[in-house]
Amino acid sequence: MATIERATTFSAPGQVDSPVELKSRYENFIGGHWVAPVKGAYSANLTPATGEPFTEVPRSTPEDVELALDAAHVAKDPWAEASTTERSRVLNKVADAIEEHVEMLAVAESWENGKPVRETLAADIPLAADHFRYFASVIRGEEGVISEIDKDTIAYHFKEPLGVVGQIIPFNFPILMAAWKLAPALAAGNCSVLKPASPTPWSILKLMELIEGIVPEGVVNVVNGPGAEIGKALATNKRIAKIAFTGETVTGRLIMQYAAQNIIPSTTELGGKSPNIFFADVMEADDDFFDKAIEGLVLYAFNKGEVCTCPSRALIEESIYEPFMERCLERIGRIRQGHPLDKSTMLGAQVSTAQIEKIESYVEIGKQEGAELLIGGERAHLGGELEGGYYFQPTVFKGDNEMRIFQEEIFGPVLAVTTFKDEADALRIANDTLYGLGAGVWTRDTSKAYRMGRAIKAGRVWTNCYHLYPAHAAFGGYKVSGVGRENHKMMLDHYTQTKCLLVSYDQKAMGFF
Amino acid sequence: MEADPAPKVVATDAALAEIRRLRAGHGPLMFFQSGGCCDGSSPMCFPDGELLLGPNDLLLGEIDGCPFYIDAEQYERWNRPSLVLDVASGAGSGLSLEGVDGRHFTLVSPPLGERGSRREPAGRT
Repeated sequence: MATIERATTFSAPGQVDSPVELKSRYENFIGGHWVAPVKGAYSANLTPATGEPFTEVPRSTPEDVELALDAAHVAKDPWAEASTTERSRVLNKVADAIEEHVEMLAVAESWENGKPVRETLAADIPLAADHFRYFASVIRGEEGVISEIDKDTIAYHFKEPLGVVGQIIPFNFPILMAAWKLAPALAAGNCSVLKPASPTPWSILKLMELIEGIVPEGVVNVVNGPGAEIGKALATNKRIAKIAFTGETVTGRLIMQYAAQNIIPSTTELGGKSPNIFFADVMEADDDFFDKAIEGLVLYAFNKGEVCTCPSRALIEESIYEPFMERCLERIGRIRQGHPLDKSTMLGAQVSTAQIEKIESYVEIGKQEGAELLIGGERAHLGGELEGGYYFQPTVFKGDNEMRIFQEEIFGPVLAVTTFKDEADALRIANDTLYGLGAGVWTRDTSKAYRMGRAIKAGRVWTNCYHLYPAHAAFGGYKVSGVGRENHKMMLDHYTQTKCLLVSYDQKAMGFF
Repeated sequence: MEADPAPKVVATDAALAEIRRLRAGHGPLMFFQSGGCCDGSSPMCFPDGELLLGPNDLLLGEIDGCPFYIDAEQYERWNRPSLVLDVASGAGSGLSLEGVDGRHFTLVSPPLGERGSRREPAGRT
């Protein structure tokens, strides 16, 4: 058995038999070239799997952001003028490149982020390719509208690109979140200066290596460095026409404030505290659907809980609480935690020391608040080379929605469970939160599912499913979870502006003067 | 809101040292407690005045002269705890100043809210 398991573990990037080549140092990707940071400073990039550094990336300064903006502005007009056929062709070639290197990118992203490689192989990387394909498709179906104001006066409406946009992406899906933002921006004819999250600066550079001969120079530029320096330098810059951000609420506020100061649009996705609601009828039969519902609850541990829509509040109808949780805890107890590059690993390492310390802190808060710890609650010590990694046991608390662990996103494999009496009670608890990004509803009663889905104040309500992120299904927040809808062609509206040509075919003057 | 003589936010010696260090480079500072995903529960440190304040922001107190704010509803939902600011190694991913030097402000695993749980549900929507 042990030999079989070992055979399913990928070798770490840089090792001879790894699918990922590794250099000791990477540069910024600017204007289609690898450009050293102006001030020559670099930072070590750690893998959460072991806590050890494995490469270096630029610790850029505002001067590097200016270089990237220079390159993007050179590329801007030719890219905007490229036909949608041509832009579509380029995006499809990006998708091809990703699909031809799924394993390489999956291992790179897993090593950098700590997430299980089975997730990156099956979800992150294939979805990234598909998002490029989706926007390659829908951009060709876009059309302006013509309005006949009167018989001689016509309003032609064109969708024009914004120009150069700034995009700041989070650490939890370093490649997929870049795809979510780059694909619509590029399809719509914009050029991007993209800043990866500080804990995950590198795997996106492996994607840039793949596409450097595909995407015209300067259309995509990647600059790494501290948010306080280059994130701010990008978001406040007069040379961007839009800023997009995924992260937490206060940076989201700053981003929107900077956008207001330059009078440009912004889109933000700021996370949630998503409820996952299980009605009693899920247990009417011990069938495939019930099995799916159990998995639906355990999905709080997907990507170690580092998901903006983590279903981190489970609301369970009180009549089934005991037997349902028994089955769920049995499933949670079988979660296999281990080396992120082992294909059988279900739960990997948290992204950073900052994150795992925060998780520990919230577990302590949960205990102090009087929540009942049902399973987990501590760091996982996996021994050997993994002993220095950032592993946390899958954890479940039972408590009530008034507790802090029900109100703030822990961003770890920590579930807060409570019960409800009836449909109205479930809805009240579900909406008793600052946030409104995701929600889940599980029931065999489709009318009830519909009522709940429409009444929950969240942008995405998964119904009898969870954590699916297909292209062509809009994703974004209600309430303080942000502004904008990604993953759908409507995102093209966030990356274009409307030009109206109002044309008179009448030969006669209006008669005023 | 009832008067409360106990300070609502204090700092460890390490956090105070970090504040002094940052202030030497950036001038007066402000803190704002974040929420949401990624670095959601981190206290963010900016040059004073960097984040525009609104009527729904609550001044919890001052740390060595630096104002510390939180969204007022968020504070209610946290059950009005007293906060202890600390600093740890490892950068976060936001725009907080200390991240440039590979550190992040954090909250020490703290005591309970005033009564252990949130009150006055009628005041919320």
